[in-house]
Amino acid sequence: MDSITLIGMASVITSGITIAIGSVGPALGEGRAIAQALSAIAQQPDESGTITRTLFVGLAMIESTAIYCFVISMILIFANPFWDHVIAK
Amino acid sequence: MDPMSLKEISPDAVILWKWGFVHVNLTMVFTWAIMALLVLACWIVTRDLSTGTAVSRWQNLLEILVSAMRDHIRDVTRSEPGPYLSFIGTLFLFIAVSNFLAVVPGYVPPTGSLSTTAALAICVFVAVPLYGIMDQGVSGYLRHYIRPTVFMLPFHVIGELSRTLALAVRLFGNIMSGTKIVAILLAVTPFIFPIVIQALGLLTGMIQAYIFSILAMVYIASATRARGDGGTKRTKETARTAERTGKNNPHGPSSTGSGLAHQGMEGREGQERRRSWTASL
Repeated sequence: MDSITLIGMASVITSGITIAIGSVGPALGEGRAIAQALSAIAQQPDESGTITRTLFVGLAMIESTAIYCFVISMILIFANPFWDHVIAK
Repeated sequence: MDPMSLKEISPDAVILWKWGFVHVNLTMVFTWAIMALLVLACWIVTRDLSTGTAVSRWQNLLEILVSAMRDHIRDVTRSEPGPYLSFIGTLFLFIAVSNFLAVVPGYVPPTGSLSTTAALAICVFVAVPLYGIMDQGVSGYLRHYIRPTVFMLPFHVIGELSRTLALAVRLFGNIMSGTKIVAILLAVTPFIFPIVIQALGLLTGMIQAYIFSILAMVYIASATRARGDGGTKRTKETARTAERTGKNNPHGPSSTGSGLAHQGMEGREGQERRRSWTASL
């Protein structure tokens, strides 16, 4: 196998693994956060404004780990520096 | 997605005009378009402001926006929103308009480029020590780096840098992934699914604008912490607001009384809310 094949294969497989593993953790975390927030709203409906706002901020922070993985897999597929280097050579 | 092909993940790569080392790319064009739009809208809105009971619909919009921003800033910082409103409000309005216009065909959100979001995050990074020094003085601000011990200094510095990076990459990743997923879906199932994802992208864009400005406010508030008189200020202001609404109320004194009671309740509830919000951080 020459280096073009190797780099292409490694990039595609790694990007798939990155987004697959990287979405599992945040999904579990967001599920837990929403479950806790729902039970908190059920117990204290008066505080739903605060809980919702904190929930949104927290969800965005949890989700950003998945977004980092997504950015990395996008870079591996669309803007891979190693691939560009091999193609240019 | 028209001006950007599937290959490019950032509108920076689309160069429209080039002269020597001066490049004009899509990000700059749309950023300036949004700034012009915002300035024009501000000019239209503030052209004829009235203090009477009859207000124009633009002034209604302005009052809703500004009062909502003031309430949120007051909730987070537990102090008067005056000095923070212009910075946080500008951040929110720019990001919100930039994300909201994504439904316009041929438009690429400039927040989907890492350079724009990095610039916004650097603004926050600079604003935090500025507000901290304005509030507590240079030595007072620098002292919070070595609190509780001097060994915490590197962690404070790393924390400031990493949260700036996170702020930039979060906004960039969310907006870029929205446009990119729509482009991929257009290639796979071009009938109805891209519209659903685009609607979801509108929601995500609004939430991200909110998150960005709230996080900036939280970071600034953490640098200007340690003030105990927020509660009394708040009560005074609530009383003033109640008085004002009572005066402006065209209905009889009975409704004024209920308005006062309601305002008082709101004030207590707001204090409780603020306390739990800061505790959750």
